[in-house]
Amino acid sequence: MQTHPYTWNYIPLLIQILVAVGMACSMTTFSWFIGRHRNTKAKLEAYECGIPAEGDARGRFSVRFYMVAMLFILFDVEAVFMIPWAVIYRQLPHITGSPLFGFWEMLVYLGFVVVGVFYVWKKGILDWATDKADI
Amino acid sequence: MNGPAQVLRILPEVILTITGVLIMLIEPLLAQKSSRKPLGWLAVLGTLAALAASLWQYQLPPGTAYFGVVQTDAFSVFFHVLLCGIVLASLLAVLGSVPDTTENLGELFALIVFGAIGMLLMTSAVELLLVFIGLEISSISTYIMAGFRKKSAKGPESAIKYFLLGSFATAFFLYGIALLFGATGTTRIGDIAAALSTGQVSGLVYIGLAMILVGISFKVSAAPFHVWTPDVYEGAPSPIVGLMSTAPKAAAFAVLLRIAYGALPLLHAHWIPLLWWLAVISMTVGNLGALRQLNVKRMLAYSSIAHAGYLLVAFTALSVDGIAAASFYAVSYAAMNVGIFAVLSQAGGFEDRLTSIQDYRGLAYRSPLLGGVMAFFLISLIGIPFTGGFFGKFYVFSAALHSGMVWLAIIGLVNSGIAAFYYLRVITAVYSKPAATSPVNEVPPASVPLMLTLFLTVVTTLILGIVPGRVLAAAKAGAQTYASVNGNGTTVASR
Repeated sequence: MQTHPYTWNYIPLLIQILVAVGMACSMTTFSWFIGRHRNTKAKLEAYECGIPAEGDARGRFSVRFYMVAMLFILFDVEAVFMIPWAVIYRQLPHITGSPLFGFWEMLVYLGFVVVGVFYVWKKGILDWATDKADI
Repeated sequence: MNGPAQVLRILPEVILTITGVLIMLIEPLLAQKSSRKPLGWLAVLGTLAALAASLWQYQLPPGTAYFGVVQTDAFSVFFHVLLCGIVLASLLAVLGSVPDTTENLGELFALIVFGAIGMLLMTSAVELLLVFIGLEISSISTYIMAGFRKKSAKGPESAIKYFLLGSFATAFFLYGIALLFGATGTTRIGDIAAALSTGQVSGLVYIGLAMILVGISFKVSAAPFHVWTPDVYEGAPSPIVGLMSTAPKAAAFAVLLRIAYGALPLLHAHWIPLLWWLAVISMTVGNLGALRQLNVKRMLAYSSIAHAGYLLVAFTALSVDGIAAASFYAVSYAAMNVGIFAVLSQAGGFEDRLTSIQDYRGLAYRSPLLGGVMAFFLISLIGIPFTGGFFGKFYVFSAALHSGMVWLAIIGLVNSGIAAFYYLRVITAVYSKPAATSPVNEVPPASVPLMLTLFLTVVTTLILGIVPGRVLAAAKAGAQTYASVNGNGTTVASR
């Protein structure tokens, strides 16, 4: 068996980075040199998903958008924690040495998530139509 | 300890969790305009229960629980009791100074309790990932608390600065853990020491050590990682500053003790010079910075940087006495700092009506009690005998001298001399005649909860300054257990 320095394990990663950077740079460079430049008014406009842009970019949004976005992230991340648990659920009795320890732990965790939902709900963050959420 | 009985090892944390969750559940059910102060009293009750549970943990045999990630021993219990005490005094200070109509007051109490859970976990965890989780729980709570005064410009500034720099520092800490894991194959503090004692030490360990030091130095605001401190303390409400300038620091110092003496005792030749320099720079920058401050809260922020420096001096001693001195110093610093910020929250109110040193001119004429207590805490911060500050400094410097750190002790003593100047300047202001239009004339009489905070902190400071024996013995017991629990105690205990 050949031995080599530990850091050599990272060489594939280095190659990957080089390929990614090289690809991105070469594509933009070549399209700049090969492509024709005919700028029209429509082409130089700000691109917004194909819809004609209108209004000021610094407009104000209701704080509700941010609330909902933040709640989405929070509950999303909380749900992600269940995946590793679900994957090793069958081995858990063996790992923890107790038949239902893993089950109860997840139940406790979900209890906290439910408390969070209750708090958010009662605070009126989920009420889109009333002013309660503007607090 | 196995099975459901393991929960006894995390009993204080469990009690605080239930308290915090209860506050969160009750808060939205209360009428919109009703006072949230009963929730604060609920938090006080929960903290008292957690304090009792921590004291009860003294009779548990030292050991680990939950697959070896949590360890209860005299060391963790010592810091648990200290942290519960700080949280209790700060909750009372908040209750005593906050106006009834303050927005989101219920959430503030919940945040204080949740932050306390994180700090308690930091001190009892012997698994670096759990340490990290505890650090994050406590940091995120303090970030939000720092910006509690949403309506004043200083509040959000304080929170944003703290949050951005703090997350950056935590990332360093996490990367340090990752590198230690890469080098030793484990994140358990005891196992890291065992892995390092057998094989040769990989270079990654040194980088990991440096990164962890950066993360913790930020949390304890040791120079050169201190720049956030004055701005954050200036913008946060005074009773909250009393909490966040003491409790998270005590927890972070406990983590540093565990990592330095528990995981990396064999590398002491490498981390002692680093801590030596951190201590010297913190003391000097803190004291010289405080000299130039006209704002009392900013001055106290720089003073807290200097005190972090004194505490780091004890780390370099590399002896049981050093660990005990560091723990003792954390207690005495906590008592006087929570106390002086309670005075500030009474005098200046939650909204900081008094800011500059001149604003405090004549406080002793308006309220002899407040002025006297403030002078007492300043005297303790200087380190004059019969106060907790004196014995704190005494033990730290004698531990350093015993280990041959003569120059460090000299630099520390010179710094204490410089520090006396700016503390005395405030005392003179407090005891000079107030002007006719001075803002101190509107200082209200102290409320009952705030008097309780002052009573607790003054009595603790006096006990530490006159009969420090029992607290020092508890600190020593913590240090001892700790040195023997981690097999490599020989290097630590023999000196």
